Amino acid sequence: MTANNVYFSEMASDGGVRSPYSAYNAWFEKQDSDRLDRKSQEAEAFFRRTGITFNVYGQSDAEERLIPFDLVPRILSNTEWTKLSKGIDQRVRAINAFLHDLYNRQEILRAGVVPIELIAHNDAFLPQMIDFTPPGGVYTHIVGTDIVRTGEDEFYVLEDNARTPSGVSYMLENRETMLQMFPELFSKIKVQRVSDYPKNLRASLEATAPPGCSDKPFVVVLTPGIHNSAYYEHSFLADQMGVELVEGHDLRVVDGRIAVRTTRGFRAIDVIYRRVDDDFLDPLTFNSASLLGVPGVMDMYRAGKITIANAPGTGVADDKAIYSYMPDIVEFYTGEKAILKNVETHRCSEPQTLKYVLNNLADLVVKEVHGSGGYGMLVGPAASKVEIAEFAEKLKARPANYIAQPTLSLSTVPIFTEAGLAPRHVDLRPFALVSPNGVNIVPGGLTRVALTEGSLVVNSSQGGGTKDTWVLEG
Amino acid sequence: MFRFLERAENTARLIEAGFRIALTRSSDPESEWKSVIVTSAAEAAYGAKHDVFDSTRITDFLLRDPENPSSVLSVIKAARDNARLVRTALTSEVWSAVNETWMLLTDVLKDKVPETDLPQVLATIRHQSALVRGALHGTMLRNDIYDFCRLGTFIERADSTARIIDVKYYALLPAPSFVGSRMDNVQWETILRSVSAHRSFRWAVDGDYTPANIARFLILDRRLPRSLAFCAASLTENLNYLAEEYGMRHPSNDMAEALKACVSGRTIDSIFDEGLHEFLSAVLRDTANLGLQIEQDFRFNK
Repeated sequence: MTANNVYFSEMASDGGVRSPYSAYNAWFEKQDSDRLDRKSQEAEAFFRRTGITFNVYGQSDAEERLIPFDLVPRILSNTEWTKLSKGIDQRVRAINAFLHDLYNRQEILRAGVVPIELIAHNDAFLPQMIDFTPPGGVYTHIVGTDIVRTGEDEFYVLEDNARTPSGVSYMLENRETMLQMFPELFSKIKVQRVSDYPKNLRASLEATAPPGCSDKPFVVVLTPGIHNSAYYEHSFLADQMGVELVEGHDLRVVDGRIAVRTTRGFRAIDVIYRRVDDDFLDPLTFNSASLLGVPGVMDMYRAGKITIANAPGTGVADDKAIYSYMPDIVEFYTGEKAILKNVETHRCSEPQTLKYVLNNLADLVVKEVHGSGGYGMLVGPAASKVEIAEFAEKLKARPANYIAQPTLSLSTVPIFTEAGLAPRHVDLRPFALVSPNGVNIVPGGLTRVALTEGSLVVNSSQGGGTKDTWVLEG
Repeated sequence: MFRFLERAENTARLIEAGFRIALTRSSDPESEWKSVIVTSAAEAAYGAKHDVFDSTRITDFLLRDPENPSSVLSVIKAARDNARLVRTALTSEVWSAVNETWMLLTDVLKDKVPETDLPQVLATIRHQSALVRGALHGTMLRNDIYDFCRLGTFIERADSTARIIDVKYYALLPAPSFVGSRMDNVQWETILRSVSAHRSFRWAVDGDYTPANIARFLILDRRLPRSLAFCAASLTENLNYLAEEYGMRHPSNDMAEALKACVSGRTIDSIFDEGLHEFLSAVLRDTANLGLQIEQDFRFNK
């Protein structure tokens, strides 16, 4: 898929180098490309040794793969970041208020701002969460908002990722790698720290512990196990926070609490940071075939004995059909206009809109409302006539199942290639932590980059890589 | 995990001793190689695949054979899988040392190792074990996790040393017809080299090569870090730390004390009177039982 329009380059503008990149550019011009080439290989060896890998299902010869890392940082000025983080803060607060409202008084539905059908027929809406407020009133303890940029001042939210966003370990390890490879850069250019994230994550999780638990809450990370594609991240975060990494079979209900087996017997848990999906969380409540979860955890949760982060049922807020209502949702709960833009979204459930979408399929991206990870979607500009015709039939059969968006011309940041710097499209996933004490956003995030020339697909499964993301000090 | 790492190192050491003896000393290299296989407790598995005992087949079986669960390649993979599973129990330095060891050895052992490269490959295995051990000692908190790492190491080491002596026990028996006639017995050298004690024996025992001295050194001398006495004392010590930290003693504490009593504070003659082979069989059995008891006491299987 290629961008139709002229795209925004974050490093170079017509008049030369954009100011956030000027110090970096001055350094880069003095570098020997053979040395950078060697550095690039060193970085790969570092990632391998540290085990920063992801598992690919069904490929035994290459069980663990590396996500390619590019050594040119993506740089944001403090001003750009301040605006972005205000927008994220606002959006994250609205999402939490929205979730609380949906599972309690449902005022937003009564006010007719969000249609009730969108909630009533939504699998991600969990009846088990109705009339219940999680400890501290927090639903989305960790949010990873996907943001794309199309111009100097044009930032769009692509997805809200309110379930269990991943990728933060890459943000941290990319920075470590850059510090190891180019210490001289960091003494010249003042970059805001990301390394406090694990400490802040732990503090944030502890602050949402259920009332009446011990004064030092006991936190664990729940992983589906070593075969999960994000296992590295689960173990990394547990290790960095200094908390136990556990699997479902390590946990059980003991004396009315969820407890983990240890070398000294069972120990009661206060907070579970779970990296297991809602469906698999509790075989007694959800998918009864699940071996990854903990039988009875939902009962304990509703009894106020444990905190689950993120709360079950948050998926209803990052649903693609709900997405189109986000500007209204933000305004409904915060009383302010949304700071971050939404990508224009056509709801195919509306007959007029469906007609427009069908007529313009070649220029649009059409997504399944409940889908994720790029499955079941049509990328108009990259699709063949046959593919478009086939998709049109699906669309006509179940219009309410789809939304359509224009193809965005994502901004570019240069990557290091054999032929020197070359522009590639990027997105950004900053990470926000929510606790009763407020929203804490780590300055930076994960920049994903489409390594193939012209490609707009940044997913690691389709040739995407990552970059270190710098937010300059003010 | 540390049992696996210790086993990889012990196997490398055994091959090194076998290789050296076969090259320099023996008129009957096949029997030397055979005793290497017996010592690694791999006789049955090896016998199922091969009927000749030669250096190429044996080194390949011990280093690379995926069907041999104790081959260096198998145990390094197991150690790394294990480390990944308990990643948060290890410091990042220990973890990356284990991961790097696995990457490096998987690469080095990808193809059959030609005789010309064998010394280098064996040295790499030893270096990598030293790296992991160094990271462990230098960076880990001295808490229960560290104690468990050490317990694994010493259970495996006690087992290995007892086996090494047992396979050659006849060479250590004070039978007047055999021993004493030659100052320098090939078997003795094999035994000492297998536990990397060839040099330290000369220093510690003043190079007085008699069966009683060698047996005493390997069994009763606490200065030798691979002796049974050292292993038993370390097991007792680490279990005592655990008892202190957990505020209670377990049955494994008493079992370790008993094992320690059996390999210290006595003369080598009393062991010979008991019967060296019988004594070693008892040590092997008690070590295995102690391992099982530790798993039970600390709920590793619940």
